Amino acid sequence: MSLGSVPLKYKVTIDREQCMHCMRCIDNCSYGVYHKEDDRIIIDSRKCTACHHCISMCPRDAISLKERPVDYRSHPLWTAEAREDIINQARTGKIILAGMGNAKPYPVIFDRLVLDACQVTNPSIDPLREPMELRTYLGKKPSRLEIDKKDNGDIELKTKLTPNLKLETPIMIGHMSYGAISLNAQLSLAKAVEKTGTFMGTGEGGLHEAIYPYQKNMIVQVASGRFGVDINYLERGAAIEIKIGQGAKPGIGGHLPGEKVCQDVSCTRMIPLGSDAISPAPHHDIYSIEDLAQLVRSLKEATEWKKPVFVKIAAVHNAAAISAGIARSSADAVVIDGFRGGSGATPKVFRDNVGIPIEAAVASVDQKLKDQGIRNKISVIASGGIRNSADIAKSIALGADAVYIGTGALIAMGCRVCGQCYRGMCPWGIATQRPDLVERLDPEVESEHVANLIRSWTLELSELMGAAGINSIESLRSNRSRLRGYMLDEGTLDVLQVKPVGA
Amino acid sequence: MCGIIGVIDRKRALMDGSSIRDALSLMNERGSGEGAGYAAYGIYPDYQDCYAIHVFFDNLVEPKSRVEEMLHKWGRIVHQEAIPTYEQDGLKKSHIPWRYFFKPYSDLMAGSTTPEDDVMKYIVMETNSNIQGALIFSSGKNMGVFKASGWPEDVANFYRIEDYKGYIWLAHNRYPTNTPGWWGGAHPFNLLDWAVVHNGEITSYGTNRRYVESNGYTCSMFTDTEVVAYLFDLLGRRHGLPEDIVVKALAPPFWDEIDNMPEKEQELNHAIRLTYGPALMNGPFAIVVATHEGIVGFTDRIKLRPLVIGENGNRLYISSEEAAIRVMDPEVQNIHMPRAGEPVIGRLNI
Amino acid sequence: MEKVEIDAKGMHYTPLNEMIREAVRNGAKEIILDNVIGQRFIADGLKADVTIRINGVAGGDLGMFMNGPTCIVNGNCDHAPGNTMDGGTIVIHGSAGDAAAHSMRGGKLFVKNNIGYRGGIHMKQYEEERKPVLVVGGSSHAFLGEYMAGGLILVLGIGQEDPAKDRGIGSGIHGGMIVIRGEVKDELLGVGARKAEFGEKELEMITPYVEEFCKYFDTEPSGLLDMNYTCIVPASTRPFAGKYTWE
Repeated sequence: MSLGSVPLKYKVTIDREQCMHCMRCIDNCSYGVYHKEDDRIIIDSRKCTACHHCISMCPRDAISLKERPVDYRSHPLWTAEAREDIINQARTGKIILAGMGNAKPYPVIFDRLVLDACQVTNPSIDPLREPMELRTYLGKKPSRLEIDKKDNGDIELKTKLTPNLKLETPIMIGHMSYGAISLNAQLSLAKAVEKTGTFMGTGEGGLHEAIYPYQKNMIVQVASGRFGVDINYLERGAAIEIKIGQGAKPGIGGHLPGEKVCQDVSCTRMIPLGSDAISPAPHHDIYSIEDLAQLVRSLKEATEWKKPVFVKIAAVHNAAAISAGIARSSADAVVIDGFRGGSGATPKVFRDNVGIPIEAAVASVDQKLKDQGIRNKISVIASGGIRNSADIAKSIALGADAVYIGTGALIAMGCRVCGQCYRGMCPWGIATQRPDLVERLDPEVESEHVANLIRSWTLELSELMGAAGINSIESLRSNRSRLRGYMLDEGTLDVLQVKPVGA
Repeated sequence: MCGIIGVIDRKRALMDGSSIRDALSLMNERGSGEGAGYAAYGIYPDYQDCYAIHVFFDNLVEPKSRVEEMLHKWGRIVHQEAIPTYEQDGLKKSHIPWRYFFKPYSDLMAGSTTPEDDVMKYIVMETNSNIQGALIFSSGKNMGVFKASGWPEDVANFYRIEDYKGYIWLAHNRYPTNTPGWWGGAHPFNLLDWAVVHNGEITSYGTNRRYVESNGYTCSMFTDTEVVAYLFDLLGRRHGLPEDIVVKALAPPFWDEIDNMPEKEQELNHAIRLTYGPALMNGPFAIVVATHEGIVGFTDRIKLRPLVIGENGNRLYISSEEAAIRVMDPEVQNIHMPRAGEPVIGRLNI
Repeated sequence: MEKVEIDAKGMHYTPLNEMIREAVRNGAKEIILDNVIGQRFIADGLKADVTIRINGVAGGDLGMFMNGPTCIVNGNCDHAPGNTMDGGTIVIHGSAGDAAAHSMRGGKLFVKNNIGYRGGIHMKQYEEERKPVLVVGGSSHAFLGEYMAGGLILVLGIGQEDPAKDRGIGSGIHGGMIVIRGEVKDELLGVGARKAEFGEKELEMITPYVEEFCKYFDTEPSGLLDMNYTCIVPASTRPFAGKYTWE
């Protein structure tokens, strides 16, 4: 007996009265939803991923899309998703691969936190007219200064600061590798961070020559696959990031499907053409915290202690203690990637079930580091599901120094979060290596869009700070008293060290 | 986490603690200066029939009187004194290390074949979970643990470790994550005759902990290492298994390996895995365990932590790094690495 | 200044590496390090045409990210010599710890005696000209060539009955080749690894490395240049491709 087909995920229709038969939808859909038969556009809705490329290119707004056009018998436990996953796995016996971030309807803590503003007892600050400082330095800070006051009154600073990364805004772009995304996508991001005085991560796909002009804004990544890592790469980066884990798939390695391993990717990664680029789950020279400390030092030694080294971990239950261990190494920043973080390819069961929210992770990391008196030894970067400037303000108030955005920057380039990145057919030219698709993405245009996003959020962040009477980002950092929890349970409030609304 | 080293002289020749201090310091890359410790066997010949109880007191008033109240109830204090310590610039004295030489009454614990040990174990568990400001960190006979928060050399000099002479030494250099300033979190970890040093993290801790707790132990140290001592005490002392079988229970062969064993061996390994499944330790670890009779070192089943062996005559060395062994004994021979899960046993031979 | 001698006794690796870099900048062609005992990261990230002779026990990550130098160790090595190394040669007159040649991208690593677990893990290669080589004189432990994406691992088994008796050989291998002297039991092969014929072509391929090995360690290659080898290669370039279905 056949299992038969499951209902359509999306139903695409064309308003035939509106349609002018320009056929752009056929050209634009890389998944093959449309084809022409005797002058008529035929639709195969089953192939649709809701990427919206056709819709965005239709000159007559003639295309409509409906999600789940066929109802199942409603059931609170056996949702359509649960049923369809089982049918899929009954057919294949395989692990379900998915894209983008956690898709389960967990409550979003950010949305249950509200920010403070000044009234009467202290004035708000107008950031358009008054100075507003968002400049952020990432790296180790001394716990105290030693100075020498000379007899003639001159003061000599005896403490030597270690190299820090200087950001004009606390918003950076997280690591998305060449391979996972296209070269044009990386170029757009690179141009955007250069324009806005901030940084982006290379991911673990090495540094393509085309990105060299932007290397002073690049954080080069060393992940467990060690793809593209050599001494020149390390020397080019403004900073080096060791990737231990990723919020979308804590505890497992990266997996770039062979479909995306073209000649150029094969060369930068040094793996056979068309083979899967497998990053092992752990670094096989790190099986313990002292091994991590050693990898940090080996990178420092290789670059003669001139570069900040970051360590990125997925937000897991023990993130705070792990971060305390990282702070004890020579690392300069720890990146915590929450369980809503994006990914080009991740087993669905991991994406939706492993890890903890970034809000709780950042709060507990900041607190643990303070409890142990080592907060100054390391900067904290929050990432994973940051959607707007309010999320950034709340992350910083919970204890982060800066944030990484990922999916947000992709949306600024067209991405509609359809979650099919692992198929390598992204019609927006982002998560693909197919030359005709990559060509669609114009780095000049898209870099401006990404830069605009960073500018908008920076402006909004200034406004939020001004309203709270804060004119320097240091005063927002870990300022939990400027947050209140709305409908959050006592346990969570305790972890966040935030009072409930009205208190 | 961390760096470890252990040595035994199989003929019971005594070594002072200075060379193991230097060896441990060599591995400072593996630590963070927030915990180090030493265990030595054979150091208290004058009181060899007594349990040498080492306690961290927060003060010498309340906690001390409460501990002594319990000791008086369960036996006789033969001698007590402050453990001599010497101020070090790099070490903050957070506790007062004290020692008792104690003889339990053997008729107070009914239904036990090892009543003295069981009394002693009871006192350790009671003190550590219920007496605020007192922590028993060493409770064996003719042996002792010396540990604190600090770099290995500072901890050694704080206790003047060179003043002690033992035929077995274990040492440990800690890289903490969770409880940095806590002296109890430093290794070696000890219960009765068992002392343990451990590099790594036990990912099965939750399972192991529930298992030992269901057998009457209380985990109170905030460290995964304590379950190792309890597992050895339970399987080795109370169940009477030899140490190589204990190691087999803790780091057993894989099922596919067992399936290919000769029948009798298969039967044994099968039985061990079924019986001691909750004692199986997962995750990366290299461990050295000692008793007054010898030492045993082993790693996890897929060899995620380093362990190096060296020998010189009657001496057997086990360490995270060869260089550390060479610091102790430049003439060391037969340096090699054991296979995953393979116990390296150094037994007294006199 | 052609030859520089450094007494590494009691020295931390950072000043030691600084002295090495300084010597290289001053044109040294040979650097001798005496009394090395466990110092990590020797020649880490070093780009130079220089020979470094290390007398003692080299600590972890010897020659990490290195590109160009030749390191000769008179003694054993701790873990991961040749870690993510790009070019150059490491010759160890002794044994090495776990993860030797970890993620190695180029150059050659010769170990006279044995290596620990996960030797040659994730070695890489791009075409023929960027191909790392690991040659082990004695034996290796489990997970040899795990995740291997390229390069050559050669285990000669000199004086060994069973040079690779542990499990997981070539587990996840998707490029490169593992050559082990003698027979290898089928059950020791890891996921995605298969045996291939060791023929004249393979012998010809390994011959220069065997000869180079013998030159360094002063042994006779003739006894090693025969057909008594097992060749292990990827069963496919995508060992895990069949693991997933789409959402």
